[in-house]
Amino acid sequence: MLGRLARHPGALCGLALLLALVALAVLGPYACRWSFTDVDYTALRQPPDARHWMGTNRIGQDVFAQVAHGLRKSLLIGAVVAAVATGLAAAVGASAGYFGGWTDRSLMFVADLLLVLPGFLVLVVLAPRLRQWGWLALAGLLALLGWMVTARAVRGMTRSLKERQFVVAARLMGVGPVRIIWRHILPHLASFLITDATVTVAGAVVSEAGLSYFGFGVQPPDVSLGTLIADGSDVALVYPWMFFFPAGLLTAFVLAVSLLGNALRDALDPTTVRPAGPPRGAVSGLA
Amino acid sequence: MSTGPAARGPAAPVLQVRGLTVAFGAGRRRPAVPVVRGVDLVLRRGEVLGLVGESGAGKSLTALSLLGLAPPGAQVGGSVRLLGEEVLGRPERELAALRGSRIAMVFQDPLHAFTPVLRVGDQIAEALRIHERPRPRRETALRRAVELLDFVGVPQPSRAARALPHQLSGGMLQRAMIAMAVANRPAVLVADEPTSALDVTVQAQVLEALAAARRETGAALLLVTHDLGVVAGAADRVAVLYAGRVVETGPAEGVLCRPRMPYTLGLVGSVPRLDTRTPPTPVPGTAPAPGTIGPGCPFAARCPLAEPECRAAEPPLTGVDSLSRAGTSAPDAHTAACRRIPEVRRWSAADLFGRPPADTPELDVTGTEPPAHPSTTPGAAPAGPWQRATGAFAHAGSPNTAGGTAEGTVPGAGSVGEVVLSVSGLGRSYRLPGFRQRRAPVVRAVEYVDLEVRRGQTLALVGESGAGKSTTLREIASLAAPQAGRVEVLGQDTALLSRRAARELRTAVQLVPQDPASSLDPRMPVGDIVAEPLHAARVPPAVVAARVPRLLTQVGLRPVDADGYPHEFSGGQRQRVAIARALAVGPALLLLDEPVSALDVSVQAGILDLLLRLKRALGPAYLLVSHDLAVVRQLADRVSVMYAGRTVETGGVAEVFGRPRHPYTRALLSAVPLPDPVAERSRRRIVLPAGPGPGPRAVSGCAFRARCPVQALLPAAERRRCAEETPRARSAGEAAGHTVSCHFPHR
Repeated sequence: MLGRLARHPGALCGLALLLALVALAVLGPYACRWSFTDVDYTALRQPPDARHWMGTNRIGQDVFAQVAHGLRKSLLIGAVVAAVATGLAAAVGASAGYFGGWTDRSLMFVADLLLVLPGFLVLVVLAPRLRQWGWLALAGLLALLGWMVTARAVRGMTRSLKERQFVVAARLMGVGPVRIIWRHILPHLASFLITDATVTVAGAVVSEAGLSYFGFGVQPPDVSLGTLIADGSDVALVYPWMFFFPAGLLTAFVLAVSLLGNALRDALDPTTVRPAGPPRGAVSGLA
Repeated sequence: MSTGPAARGPAAPVLQVRGLTVAFGAGRRRPAVPVVRGVDLVLRRGEVLGLVGESGAGKSLTALSLLGLAPPGAQVGGSVRLLGEEVLGRPERELAALRGSRIAMVFQDPLHAFTPVLRVGDQIAEALRIHERPRPRRETALRRAVELLDFVGVPQPSRAARALPHQLSGGMLQRAMIAMAVANRPAVLVADEPTSALDVTVQAQVLEALAAARRETGAALLLVTHDLGVVAGAADRVAVLYAGRVVETGPAEGVLCRPRMPYTLGLVGSVPRLDTRTPPTPVPGTAPAPGTIGPGCPFAARCPLAEPECRAAEPPLTGVDSLSRAGTSAPDAHTAACRRIPEVRRWSAADLFGRPPADTPELDVTGTEPPAHPSTTPGAAPAGPWQRATGAFAHAGSPNTAGGTAEGTVPGAGSVGEVVLSVSGLGRSYRLPGFRQRRAPVVRAVEYVDLEVRRGQTLALVGESGAGKSTTLREIASLAAPQAGRVEVLGQDTALLSRRAARELRTAVQLVPQDPASSLDPRMPVGDIVAEPLHAARVPPAVVAARVPRLLTQVGLRPVDADGYPHEFSGGQRQRVAIARALAVGPALLLLDEPVSALDVSVQAGILDLLLRLKRALGPAYLLVSHDLAVVRQLADRVSVMYAGRTVETGGVAEVFGRPRHPYTRALLSAVPLPDPVAERSRRRIVLPAGPGPGPRAVSGCAFRARCPVQALLPAAERRRCAEETPRARSAGEAAGHTVSCHFPHR
């Protein structure tokens, strides 16, 4: 699989970009002599130079330090959201698909209910109330509103896997349902779930940025890419470094994840590979 | 069936294939992989040539290449001359004109060979309108299509012509396919496994239709099949394909009765026979994969007679009787590609392949006795390693601990041994999906089934597809309360089990599913697969780790195979894994759902042998479901024949097969072809009319009456009894336990 991934030029670019961004988020704060809260009164609204690599903002904070910290927060939120949403989707979808009947109906009813809720509105209403829980509450909310479509897909795949002979055989051998889901069904969905989680990371980062932009997300003094973009947007043309560095990083991140996600989907899906041998029973034409 | 070409004067070949090669996958760096490697065939007017071989031998590819239908990416070489004209290398347009008019094909799966959205009659008429000049009018062509359908024995041909493909049964469709193939009176018919997907009774109808079509049009037939029985009955000459080459060819009688190539000998010897209970001899090893064939004889690696010279160069086809080189002799001559033809003459399959070659380990079933592995089963020493001390199994006792008396005694039709499984009046029906719950039509898959399996016994459930065999098996395996009737396992009624008791009883009943390719989780290593039922039975991990290697050894695999994944194994090995998994918890009853139907014959024989040995060594009872009566004959002690969800006849295998009493059993048995041309051609066959389609069945009376050849000859008063009174099982004759459900059984 990794070999197939490596042959994909988009995947390599995406992976390289992603790794660079992660490195920036993790190592950036250590590389810079300023922390994201430090204020340098001698340099207000300074363009990038050797002292402040990405310039400073209107009160003299170092943009590089802020961007690195914001990126770290955004990535963290994205990763948590993707993990929770995908895990929830796998658990709910597989249970609904495997058990069927009333389990299926009630779980899918909840999923449909959440799907029709206007997600952004819910976030806007709930986010201020959960402020004391910090960014984890935000991540939890985002995850709670992002698992339904995946769960429906997982349910469909589980229903077809359930009919496969090896699942039937396991059931008749007396293997318990939880064990069957864990050992026989989820491994077959792993490729889908990995791909889906990758895409969810990008979506979550964008959502977080959007919320933070409007002031419902990460709260000061903490920063994320969204708050940085919001701060820089009104002066984007006058002091472009305050806006374009965070905005560019966000774009780069989403691009990298999308490239990688697409490539992963291709690499994990064996039907995209041309079969090597003669296709059996591939007969066209009629006597 | 065979008139022979001599009656028609000069035996001009209508189809001549010389050095046909088909290769795949030539890339920039890799060479093409040859799959068909130089096949020579000659087909004369009115002749039937059977092309036999196992899967992967290149049969279908050969057949398709004759029509220029080789899949895209295949490189076809050599020469195919149809009526003296070269076929290969022609443009697609000319090939299309040739197909259907000069050479026509009957495909394996008729449901996929017909366009699903057009009526069958229209499709046959289309074949006529495309090739005939001047083009017939639509109505004329349609009328001819109905005539053709009538000719191949489709009942109510004008109705069938108006039907869409999915509305007809498989046998009817296959006959319609034959009608379409002969519509333009082609010189050559190519039939690719025309009966493989069909029941034996339907197979007999289709073969009959094929013979009639051939008689009428005088077409030569290339019959591609893996079933030696079909070839024995239908073919004049036989060509045996192995690893992409013809390794033996000649008159059907010569090749099948006096094979001279060790592979053919092994192939014939590995076919289970319906008429006698002689264990088939497996051929060790597997055919080489395309691309891995060395310079020598491709069979040398599996051949007990191989000499160093065999591996040096591939032997040419040599005359068996005169030892002349093939090309110069007549096409009728019996030739084989073997250097040691005179020696092969002295061997029988059982002697030649009976002893395992030195490089494969001897099957270790005796090595399971407790003294051999004293440390592996703590606390279970007196019970033997095969049993856990579950309540269910303790109840069942153990063949190994019963002082050795149970071992080796194979109960026949008698009633020794305790009852492991008892089923009475089992019923199961489904509602068809897609309707509102209340109004959905009910399909009665199983109406009323009685079974009894005793310790150490094998009961076989036979019948056509749709008779309810698999449903019965699944109902038993589920260990849940049945919809109707009673299922008792080891004396415990499954309807009354607590969860805990059900879990313990699970270890007593284990299933070997039909297709090992799909029943093994492709993402799990074999060791974990075999260990799964042990984990489900909550066996401690240390015991599991010790038992898995022994289980693998027991089914003829190596302990190191535990790390492999299912796709790394051949079909036969995968079925061995499935058997090891089922045996893991030491079941008292093994449910075998068509255990060999997905396997090639030479591999099949090995699995049958394994099952027989395991039963002798470990003593579980088998409940076998199979549509292959020859397999049943080899494995079973008792037979239960099912028709339309009911048991119609049951008894010892020798009585039921030797003196069948129910008209359905008689028809079923007579439809099974024997792989012996002499015996096969001298048999009388009862060809049944087409069976009922799916859907609700008759409520009263005998379900078989519409197809029954006996009922049709009865006086009206007795016939009414068949229609009104459902026949009950009653004792049939001398042999104990032989019962039949018929008002007028055969005497």
